[in-house]
Amino acid sequence: MISIKDVCKSFGKIKALDQVTLDLVKGKSYALIGPNGSGKTTLIKSILGLVIPTSGDIDFDGKSIFGDWKYRDRIGYMPQIGRYPDNMRIGQLIDMMRNIRKGTGKTDEELIDAFRLHKMYDKRMHALSGGTRQKVSAALAFLFHVPSLILDEPTAGLDPVSVEILKEKIMHEKRMGKLIIVSSHILSDLDELTGDVVYMYEGRVQYNDTVEALKEETNEARLGKAIATLIRQRELLTSVSDSR
Amino acid sequence: MTRIVRYIFYDILRTRFILLYTLFLLISTFALFQLDSDAGKVVLSLLNVVLMVVPLISVVFTTIHFFNSYEFIELMLAQPVDRKVIFFGEYLAVASSLCFAFLLGTGVPMLVFGAGPSAFTLLFSGVVLTLVFVSLAFLSSVLTRDKAKAIGIALLFWFYFSLIYDGLLLWIIYTFGDYPLEKVTLTLIAFNPVDLARIIMLLQLDISALMGYTGAFYKSFFGSSTGMLFSTGILVVWILVPLWAALRIFTRKDL
Repeated sequence: MISIKDVCKSFGKIKALDQVTLDLVKGKSYALIGPNGSGKTTLIKSILGLVIPTSGDIDFDGKSIFGDWKYRDRIGYMPQIGRYPDNMRIGQLIDMMRNIRKGTGKTDEELIDAFRLHKMYDKRMHALSGGTRQKVSAALAFLFHVPSLILDEPTAGLDPVSVEILKEKIMHEKRMGKLIIVSSHILSDLDELTGDVVYMYEGRVQYNDTVEALKEETNEARLGKAIATLIRQRELLTSVSDSR
Repeated sequence: MTRIVRYIFYDILRTRFILLYTLFLLISTFALFQLDSDAGKVVLSLLNVVLMVVPLISVVFTTIHFFNSYEFIELMLAQPVDRKVIFFGEYLAVASSLCFAFLLGTGVPMLVFGAGPSAFTLLFSGVVLTLVFVSLAFLSSVLTRDKAKAIGIALLFWFYFSLIYDGLLLWIIYTFGDYPLEKVTLTLIAFNPVDLARIIMLLQLDISALMGYTGAFYKSFFGSSTGMLFSTGILVVWILVPLWAALRIFTRKDL
């Protein structure tokens, strides 16, 4: 569904993405993990067309995304930090987003109901807590029946009840055969949500396989442990090749 | 796009910055009318406020607003819309709210105390100056990712056009005083939107004679309707060129 071919992106001297090649298939759910500054957000932003790669191609449903914007009506995006104009009301924001995506037909208001945002439609953004803003971001990402969802740190800052609601929703969408990409540092959440792991380090995709294969390879039962072991193995390998 | 503009416009109107700006203009206009009963003199005093304060507030507010809405702009660009739509939406919302504040703050007292044609010219040049400096501020905002740097560049525009440029112009006129400089200064003035607005205003107030021989020359040039059209046209160019440059950068920019 999304195929990324040899994508490089550098900001000045820093290489944020280095020869990234990745096929993201419909019906699968990917955990995008890696340390801070490993290029996860740059990759997500490249897919969304917010960052323009220095070289390489990104195709969405077989069509290049460069110079195009219409493909984004098939993507729901939840940003890492949801900051909205201070004096805008929740209702106005949702109305505006609906207006932008006019042709998409019926909206999915399950999350708005589950988070009880209806009652707060008249509240202004500056009066909301960080967690509530996060809920608004989540509700907006799921508002339109889109075939692919990109969630950047979706559960950070949410209370336990809301985390469960959101996870339940993500699982539900996954069962409906959507493409889901979740970037997070909370690996226990990803363990339940995702079936595939994309591990990034210093702008490169270091590992791309199913969660099961990773666990088998590292002999660990939990995703967190498995990743830690993977990183240690890789570090060992690079130190060996460096010393040679 | 209209709905984007409308909601951002509502949002900006409620920011403290804009409220204070409107209040400041209201109070100073009222105060000036209280001090002097001659509407012409009041307009002249107001002219100085407009030429200094309006560009300053426009550049500072626009850059601050741009960087405060950075995440929001990002989110909107992740939606199926053309970047141009978001850019013009932001521009129209910011420019119209600043113009609205200016018209409310200066226009209402003028209507109350009775406004002549010179008052309308003042309002017109204030609005045009707002548009010019909002364009320049958008340009400085898209040039860099750093908020402080962008505000710095925007302030530099203001310093240059409000203070430095006039000094340079005076220096040129003094140094080359022995030569006929009318056409040269006329051309040089076209490169400064603040001066253009001032000239339009001074001609309207009919005190260009105070500016000596050059003033008389401007009068003969600008006083005609073609002269007015010419200066307004140049100001429109001052709005469009920075805006176009900012748009070009914005559509290719990494956010």
